[in-house]
Amino acid sequence: MSKRSYYIIVGLAALLALLMLNLPGSTAVRLKTAFGSIFLPLFGMADGAHRLAVKTGDRLHTKSELIAANEALTRQNQELRLEVIQARSLAGENERLRQLVDWKKQSRWKGKLARVIYRDPANWWRTIQIDLGTREGLSNDLPVLSPEGFLVGRVLAVNPTKAQVVLMGDPHCKVPAVVESDARSQGIIVGGRVFDGSFVELSNLPTHIKVKPGDRVVTSDLSSLYPRGIPIGVVAEEPWLAESHLVQEVSVKLSANLGALEEVWVLFR
Amino acid sequence: MFLLSNILILLAAVLVVFLQGTWLNLRALLGAQIDLLPALMVFTALTSGPIMMVTLALVGGLMFDTLSANPLGISVLPLLGIGALLQPRRELLLRYQKYTQFVLGFAASAVAPLVTVLLLLTLEQSPLLGWGSLWQWSVLSLAGGLAAPVFFLVFGRLNDALGYRPMTEPSFRADREIRRGRN
Repeated sequence: MSKRSYYIIVGLAALLALLMLNLPGSTAVRLKTAFGSIFLPLFGMADGAHRLAVKTGDRLHTKSELIAANEALTRQNQELRLEVIQARSLAGENERLRQLVDWKKQSRWKGKLARVIYRDPANWWRTIQIDLGTREGLSNDLPVLSPEGFLVGRVLAVNPTKAQVVLMGDPHCKVPAVVESDARSQGIIVGGRVFDGSFVELSNLPTHIKVKPGDRVVTSDLSSLYPRGIPIGVVAEEPWLAESHLVQEVSVKLSANLGALEEVWVLFR
Repeated sequence: MFLLSNILILLAAVLVVFLQGTWLNLRALLGAQIDLLPALMVFTALTSGPIMMVTLALVGGLMFDTLSANPLGISVLPLLGIGALLQPRRELLLRYQKYTQFVLGFAASAVAPLVTVLLLLTLEQSPLLGWGSLWQWSVLSLAGGLAAPVFFLVFGRLNDALGYRPMTEPSFRADREIRRGRN
């Protein structure tokens, strides 16, 4: 091949890449969905292997272990039923009081359990892919929780069968949060640490607010994306003044273990 | 032979991208997620033609961006740059020496994330960067350096096992035989 033809081929490929970079957002998402279909057989195989491993693991349990687990779950189920009855009664009371003082009615959130199928291969993003998509009613910006109920992130992009979730600590995931002990301590959870994904920074805290290590941090009611009161983590160290000296920042240890997520709850109205 | 080799390289690219997000998730262990595509590009640029090199840059880069939060097409450019730099000079390099393979894999794996991050910053994106990124960069480079000789070894074996090899002709020819004796 002559030098000229070589440069033409390389130049055309570079031009194609630049064209793709300049595609409108919706077209890029559609193209990503189309290219992603190449991985469907691999995802299917991985899913099959996972199920096989789970099935094999299930067969290793003895009968006595299963009976003991069943008894424990039955007991837990009874306790939870009691709690549900109490929660319903409280919800009813809350509803009546809201009507009395003419407060805005709160819409209820439902949850759908999704399996984590893929993690972002790039070191500079913190995203995962889950096995639910628009077919299951998912849309952008829905809150995502760990199985234990701690905030994990939000849905970033969604296609018919899969959704991309941006995790806490990623620069794209900013969450309005509050230190539970003081309702005035409104701040924003911004990016995390590169090396340790279990820490994020709560910034824009007013300087007169006293925050101490161990205080619980939850979602605030300033956001329309997240329901208020979802646990995020605990304050990890003493706060420090931001560069502007007008606000303070504090490091928060996340309650959810983002590195070991296998299943997540997606909340939707 | 070439067709089989090219198909194997493209399959490897898709598999590598898939495995990086599922089975080879070493981020918790090493603090960094390794990327084997630059090392694969080094192997391809040194052993295949320019069309295959360009195809790998496009396929590998687009597959990577498809499963990542990267803008679509951003990973193509660094891979293409590495391939375009190495491919015309492959006859000048001691490409079958393990040391050369390691150095080229190391350099390519160091350059690729750097260029990608620079492109992201140019596009006004805000990737997660910090002092820990230096560690991640070192791990990526080292993993790429180690992976390049492995790719040469594995693809060499695969080609030997699956590829067609023409039978070597012996130097003996019956019509050129020197007959000794009186007849």
